[in-house]
Amino acid sequence: MRVICPKCGERDLKEFYYQGDVLALGRPDPDADETLWNDYLHNRDNPSGVREDLWYHEAGCSAWIVVTRNTATHEILKTELATSRKTAEEGNA
Amino acid sequence: MKFSGFELLKQGLTGNTGWAPHWRRPKPKGAYDIVIIGGGGHGLATAYYLAKNHGLQNIAVLEKGYLGGGNIGRNTTIVRSNYMMPGNSEFYSHSLKLWEGMEQDLNFNTMMSQRGQIVLFHSDGQRDAAVRRANAMINRGDDAEILTTAEVRKHAPYLNFDSARFPIYGGILQRRAGTARHDAVAWGYARGADLRGVDLIQNCEVTGMDIENGRVQGVQTTQGPIKAKKVAMVTAGRSSQVAALAGMRLPIESHILQAFVSEGLKPVIHHVISFGMGHFYISQSDKGGLVFGGNLDYYASYAARGNLAMKEHVMEAAMALMPIIGQAKVLRSWGGIMDMSPDGSPIIDKTHIEGLYLNCGWCYGGFKAVPASGYGFAHLIATDNHHPTASGFRLDRFRTGYGLMDEEGTGSQHNLH
Amino acid sequence: MRLDRGRLINRARPLRFTFDGVSMTGYAGDTLASALLANDIRLLGRSFKYHRPRGVMTAGSEEPNALVTVSPGQGQEPNVRATLLELYDGLKAESQNRWPSLNWDLLAINDFASPFLGAGFYYKTFMWPKAFWEKLYEPLIRRAAGLGALHGTSKDKSYEKANAFCDLLVIGGGPSGVMAALEAGRAGLDVILADEDVTLGGRLLSDEGEIDSSPAMQWLETVKAELNAMENVRIFNRTTVTGAYDNGTYGALERVGNHLADGPKGLVRECFWRIVSKRTILASGALERIIAFANNDRPGIMTAGALRSYINRYGAAPGRSYAIFGNNDSAFETARCLQSAGLHIAAYVDSRSDSTLQGDFPIFRGAVVSNTAGRGDLQSITLRHIGGEDKISSDVLAVSGGWNPTVHLSCHMNGRPQWDETTQSFLPQSGAIPGMVYAGAAAGHMSTAACLRSGSEIARKVISDLGAKAASLTLPQAEDTPYAIKPLWSVNTRKGMRAWVDFQNDVTVKDIEQSVLENYRSVEHMKRYTTQGMATDQGKNSNVTALAVLADVTGRGIPETGTTTYRPPFSPVSIAAMGSEGQGKGFAPERFGSTHQIMLERGAPLIEAGLWYRPSYFPQAGEKTWRQSCDREVLAVRHHVGVCDVSTLGKIDIKGPDAAKLLDFVYTNTFSTLPIGRVKYGLMLREDGYVMDDGTTARLSETHYLMTTTTAAASQVMGHLEFVHQCLHPEWDVSFNSVTEHWTQFAIAGPKARQLLSAVLDHPLKDADWAFMSCGAVSILGVKGRLFRISFSGELGFELAVPSRFGDSLFRILITKAEELGGCVYGLEALNVLRVEKGFITHAEIDGRVTVMDLGLQRMVSQKKDCIGKTASERPGLMDCERPRLIGLKTVGAVKQLTAGAHLFNEKDPVQSAYDQGFITSVAYSPVLERYHGLAFLKNAEERMGEKIRMVDHLRDIEALCEIIPPVAVDPKGERIRA
Repeated sequence: MRVICPKCGERDLKEFYYQGDVLALGRPDPDADETLWNDYLHNRDNPSGVREDLWYHEAGCSAWIVVTRNTATHEILKTELATSRKTAEEGNA
Repeated sequence: MKFSGFELLKQGLTGNTGWAPHWRRPKPKGAYDIVIIGGGGHGLATAYYLAKNHGLQNIAVLEKGYLGGGNIGRNTTIVRSNYMMPGNSEFYSHSLKLWEGMEQDLNFNTMMSQRGQIVLFHSDGQRDAAVRRANAMINRGDDAEILTTAEVRKHAPYLNFDSARFPIYGGILQRRAGTARHDAVAWGYARGADLRGVDLIQNCEVTGMDIENGRVQGVQTTQGPIKAKKVAMVTAGRSSQVAALAGMRLPIESHILQAFVSEGLKPVIHHVISFGMGHFYISQSDKGGLVFGGNLDYYASYAARGNLAMKEHVMEAAMALMPIIGQAKVLRSWGGIMDMSPDGSPIIDKTHIEGLYLNCGWCYGGFKAVPASGYGFAHLIATDNHHPTASGFRLDRFRTGYGLMDEEGTGSQHNLH
Repeated sequence: MRLDRGRLINRARPLRFTFDGVSMTGYAGDTLASALLANDIRLLGRSFKYHRPRGVMTAGSEEPNALVTVSPGQGQEPNVRATLLELYDGLKAESQNRWPSLNWDLLAINDFASPFLGAGFYYKTFMWPKAFWEKLYEPLIRRAAGLGALHGTSKDKSYEKANAFCDLLVIGGGPSGVMAALEAGRAGLDVILADEDVTLGGRLLSDEGEIDSSPAMQWLETVKAELNAMENVRIFNRTTVTGAYDNGTYGALERVGNHLADGPKGLVRECFWRIVSKRTILASGALERIIAFANNDRPGIMTAGALRSYINRYGAAPGRSYAIFGNNDSAFETARCLQSAGLHIAAYVDSRSDSTLQGDFPIFRGAVVSNTAGRGDLQSITLRHIGGEDKISSDVLAVSGGWNPTVHLSCHMNGRPQWDETTQSFLPQSGAIPGMVYAGAAAGHMSTAACLRSGSEIARKVISDLGAKAASLTLPQAEDTPYAIKPLWSVNTRKGMRAWVDFQNDVTVKDIEQSVLENYRSVEHMKRYTTQGMATDQGKNSNVTALAVLADVTGRGIPETGTTTYRPPFSPVSIAAMGSEGQGKGFAPERFGSTHQIMLERGAPLIEAGLWYRPSYFPQAGEKTWRQSCDREVLAVRHHVGVCDVSTLGKIDIKGPDAAKLLDFVYTNTFSTLPIGRVKYGLMLREDGYVMDDGTTARLSETHYLMTTTTAAASQVMGHLEFVHQCLHPEWDVSFNSVTEHWTQFAIAGPKARQLLSAVLDHPLKDADWAFMSCGAVSILGVKGRLFRISFSGELGFELAVPSRFGDSLFRILITKAEELGGCVYGLEALNVLRVEKGFITHAEIDGRVTVMDLGLQRMVSQKKDCIGKTASERPGLMDCERPRLIGLKTVGAVKQLTAGAHLFNEKDPVQSAYDQGFITSVAYSPVLERYHGLAFLKNAEERMGEKIRMVDHLRDIEALCEIIPPVAVDPKGERIRA
C-alpha cells in the first residue's frame, strides 16, 4: 500500500503507524456519560467499505493523518492532516 | 455411516461408489428453535454441542458461503492453551481437553497432533513473563516446562543459536500443544451436527434480523424468512455487519492476519515454534508444508488479502530465527479477517435483545478455541447461563473494566494487539 | 536424443552435469529438463501420493512433475523445477520423494493400494487405537510426505532486496509484452519489462512462424536491440512478478546468480524486487492444459506446446515415435514442428470430427486417447473412435486441451476471472487490479498477430492515460489464424482406471466424483477434500480442468461452479529472498551508544535492550560468576560511587508556550507548577486507564521541558505526544524533538557522587547545591552539559548529560575517577538490583495491565485536572480493591531463594488457579540486605502486610515461604537519596 502524506507525498506503507478510527479525534469530556466513553474507547462501526482512520507518519514527518479509505478494496480516497481536520471542526463548532 | 479402516477397505473393494454424503443438503424450514448464523468452526461446533450435550435438534446453521469457509478454512492450525488471565485460562484449558478426544467423539480424523509448542524468549524480562504464564498453566492443571538454551537446542537444533540478533535465552514447552487439520475440524463438526438432525444450510446469507419488543423473532435470508426462538451470531470476520442487523455496535475492529505455506518438504520442524521477538510462528504440516505466520496487517480491512510489507517482515523473522529454511519456497499466502477486540480476548455472551446471542472477537486465536467455544456457547444458548469454562467473555467488561483479559499486556484499546 | 536444431542452445559450450549421480553432458542454453530429455532420461520424479513415475509435462515454471534438489549438501535447494533450471557446468541435481531410488521406489506400492487411498481417506481412519495416530500413523505419513528436503543446517547465502519505480510495468516478454514495451519505450515512458525466461520472446522462442515475412526470431532480435538501447526501458530477465499489491506495488523475484556455475561471483543468488508502477500491462501469456484420460500421467506425455519448446528451442527430442492428442487448432503446430524436425508422427488424434487438420500422417478425427500403456514410461496409446479402439505404439504423446490465460496476478486482489465460451477459458476480470490492463494471450488473444496488436493497442491506451504521446509504429504482420477449440476436459474411463487432473497431488477424475458423492460439491470443498490445486503448481495445470469436471459431475455450468482463488506468489519464492533483510543480524537495527567501545574493552557482556546493546556487568579479574561482579558493583554504589551509562532512556525535548499544558494532560500529575530548574517523576496512562510509561521530566525554562521515557517505550511515547498534540489539541503551541541520541547521559550514584562530580565539573559542587530533584546547565571540563539530581538507585545520585560526541571521553574519565574513589562502573544487573532494593518499578511491573492504584501510586493522580486515561482509570473494575497491589517479599523459611514469575498462595491453600493470590515480577539478590528481595503483586495486599505467603515456582521447582513487606527495602525513609 502507498499512503499519500499531505506533507511528504506518496510513501510506502512501512513508514506509517496505524491508529484506528478517526473518532479518536473527538475525545469526550472527562465527566461525560460512560456510554460516550465506552463508544469512544471500544465500540466501532467497523464498516466494510469507506471509513476514515488515523495514521501516523512515524518513520517520516511525524504527521498524524486522516485517511479516507475503503476497507474492502484498500482504495485510498483522501488524506488530510489531522490538525487541519481538527481545526476545521473547531471552526464549525 | 461410521468411518473406520474396515469401511475404507470395504468401499475400496467395491469401487468407492458407496460412500454416503457427510451432510444433507436441506432446504430451510420456516421456523427453528435455534438459528445459528455462521457455518464456520465455531458455529458448527455450537450446533454440534447443542445437539449432543443438550439434546436439541430443531436447529439450523445458516452459512452465506460454504461450510467451514471462514477463518477455520484459512488459519495456521495451532492448538495450545498457554493463557494465564482468569477467563481465558480455564477456557483454553477446557478446549485443549476437548481437542484430545475430538477424533473419537466426531468419528472423523481431525489429525490433532500434540507435537508440542516451544515459545522462545530472548531476554531475562521475557523469561520472567513466560515463567509467570507457564506457572499459571500448571496451576490450573495443564503442562508447561521451561527449557534452557541447551535444551531448546536439543529439541530444535536448526534454530539460529550463534549469530541471532535476539539470542535465544530459552523457551517454554507445552507438550500437549500441537496442530490439527483445520478443514477436517469444520467437516467433522458439520457431519456430527447433521447426523444429530441439525440443518446445515449453505449459500444462505442473513440479510435482516426480526426483532419485536426487544425480543428476537427470526431472520431474513437470501433463501427467505426463517423464524427462530433463539438466534446466535457466530460470524467472526463479519461480526460487526451481522450485529448491525440487530442495531448493535460491537467493540470489534476487523484486521487481516496473513498466513503462509511453503512447498512440501521432508520433515524438518517437529514442534510449533514461536519467536518471542518477532511475531513469527511456524510448524510443519503432515503433508510437509511449512505453515507460518506473523503479525496483523495493522490497518482495518475486510479485503482478505495481505500486504507486501508484512509478508517481508514475516520472512525476515524466519531468516532471523531459522535461516535453514531460507531455501524453502513460499507457495501460497492468504489473509483472514480477524475480529479484533480491544483486549485481545473474545466475547461469548447474551445481548440486550432477548433471544439473541453473540460469539465474536476471537482475534487471531480462534482455531484452538473452536471446541470450547462451541461447547460454552451451546451451554449459554440452551440454558441461558454461562458455562463455568466460558463465563469470562462478557460484552460489558470494556465498559466496567472488570475481567479484562489483556494477555499480551498491550492494552484494552483497539489496535494494540 | 539431440536434434540438429535448437535455437537457444550453444553447441560450442558443452556442460557437464549429474543427475542422481550419473554424469551427463548438455549445452549452454539448456534447462536441466531439456538436457535430460536430450540424454534420453524421461523419468524425472515421483508423484506425491501414489509415487507414480513421472516425466516433464511442461517447459516452464508451472511444471508439476520434474522437481529436483540442486547441489545436495549444505544449502541444498529442494523442489527446483527442472524445466526452469538453467544448466551450468558442474550442476548436481537429484530426484526427490523416492526411496531407495527413482527407478525402484518402495512407496510405489501406494499405487497398488490406491483404491483405499482415494479422496479424503485419511479423515476416515487412523483413529484406533487413539494413541496410534501420533505414535505410529502420523510419523509414517510425515516421513512419506513432503517432496524435497532441506539440509537442516544453514549456509550463508546471499540474497537481496531492491526497489524500483516506473511509469509502466510490463509483465511478460512474449510478443504482446515486447510490443507493449516498444510502444511505451518509444513514447518516452519509464518502462520495466519483466520476464521469467532467460531472454525475451515467450512462445516465439519455441514456435515456428514469421513476423513481417521473416522468421519471428529475426524480428525479435531487432526489437530486443531497440529496447536494449532505450535508456527509459529496463529489461528484467529471469524475473518473475510474483504478486500484485495495493497502489501499484508488485513483488518480483529475479534469479540473479544461482544459475551460474560455482555459485555467484560477487552476485547474489536471488533478488526480491518491490516494483511500484503507475500502470501495469499483464502480458503473461497462457498455459496449455492437459486432458484427463486413463493413465495420462506417464513419462513421455506432455503438453503439445512443451514438446515444441523441447524440439525447437533446445533440439531435445524426448522420444522416437510421436502421437498428438488435441481438441483445438493450436496443436497443429506441434505436428508441423515434428515434421520439420523429421520426427515420426504415429498418430494425430483430434477429438473434433470436423477438425480441419491436414497432413501426411495418420489423422484420427472425432477420436480420443482412452488409455496409455508402458512399463514406467509411455510405450503405447489406445485410441477410441467410432469404429472401436486401436492401440498405437508411441513413446511421446503431446496433449493439448486448450490454453488457460495466465490470469493469476489479476486475481491477487480477489478478482474473479470471467468464463469465456469462445476460448473455453477464464479471462482476467476487467479492473481487478487498479492500474492493471491485460494484453495478448493473457487477455484471450491466441494468435501471434492478435498478441502483437493487443500489446500495441493496450500500450497506446496506457500512454495516453499517462499523458504521453504514442510514437508512430507500424504493426508487424504475423500469423492470424483464429483459435478454434471444442471443449474436452476428460475422456470416459473404464472402471478401475484413473485419469489424472492434478498430477503432483494425484487427484483423479474419480476423486472429484467421490467428493461430490460425499457432498463436497462447492469448488472450495472439492479442492480442500481432494487437495486439487494445492500442489507446488497451485493448480496452474489442473484447476480449470478440475472445475470443469466438477461442473459436469454436479450438472452445473462452469461459470456457476466458480473458481478457487489464485493467491500470491505466482510461483514459489524462496524465504531467503523475500526475507533477505533478516539474514544475519539484519532483522532489527542494532543501536550502539557512544560508550560502546568502552563496554567492549572492559569485556562487559552485552544484552539487548530494545534495539540497544547495553552492558550487563563489568567483570574483574578473579570474578567467576555474574553475581560476583554484580554484587561488587552494587556495594560500590551503596558505599562509594558508581557510574552507569543510562543514555538509552528516551529523551524528548518539549518546547513551546503550551508545553506545560501538554505535560499536565499526558501525565497524571502536574508539571505546569514545576519550577524552572526542577525535575519531577511522572506517570503516563494510556487512554484505557492503565499505566503506559514513567520517567522524569525536567523544566529547563518557562517553555522548555526535557522528558525522559523508559528505553522500551521511547518511540511509543513520542507518537503519543504527537497524537495528543495534533489530534486532540492542535491549538496548543508546542513541539517535540527526540534527542535520545543527542545526549549521552551518565548516572553517578553513591555517597561519593559529589566528590566524583566535582572532579569533572568546572565549578565544584557544594553540599547545598543541587538539591534533590534539581537540574541545570553545567560546564564539564569546558563542555556544556546538563546535570540532574535524580536517582534510580536510591543513593545520592546525579545524571550528567553531555553532547554524545563527548560521551566516550567523559565516560573514561568518570570511570577512572570513580575507581580512584573506591567505586566503579556498573551495568544493568547492578542497576536492576539497586532499583529492586528501592522498590522502584520498571516494565516488569508496569506490564501494560497495571493501574496507578495497583502500584500504590494513586496519590500521583491529580484530582484538579483531566489527563489522558483518567476517566477510563476510574472504571469500577480498575478501582476494585481486590486487584493485586505492588508489595515486597522476603523469604522467611528454609528456602532462601525467590524467583520472578512464581505465583503466590496462602500457606494452607491448594496450589491451584482458583487460589492464586498473586505473582512475583522482579527478584534481586541484595548484597546489602544479604537476602533476596522480590517485588510482587498480591490481592488484598494492604491488610496483609507482615503476613506469610507461599511462593510456588513449578518451573524452577522452588517453593519458599515469604513475608509480605513493603516494596522498598533499602533506606525506606529516603534519607540517602536526599543526602
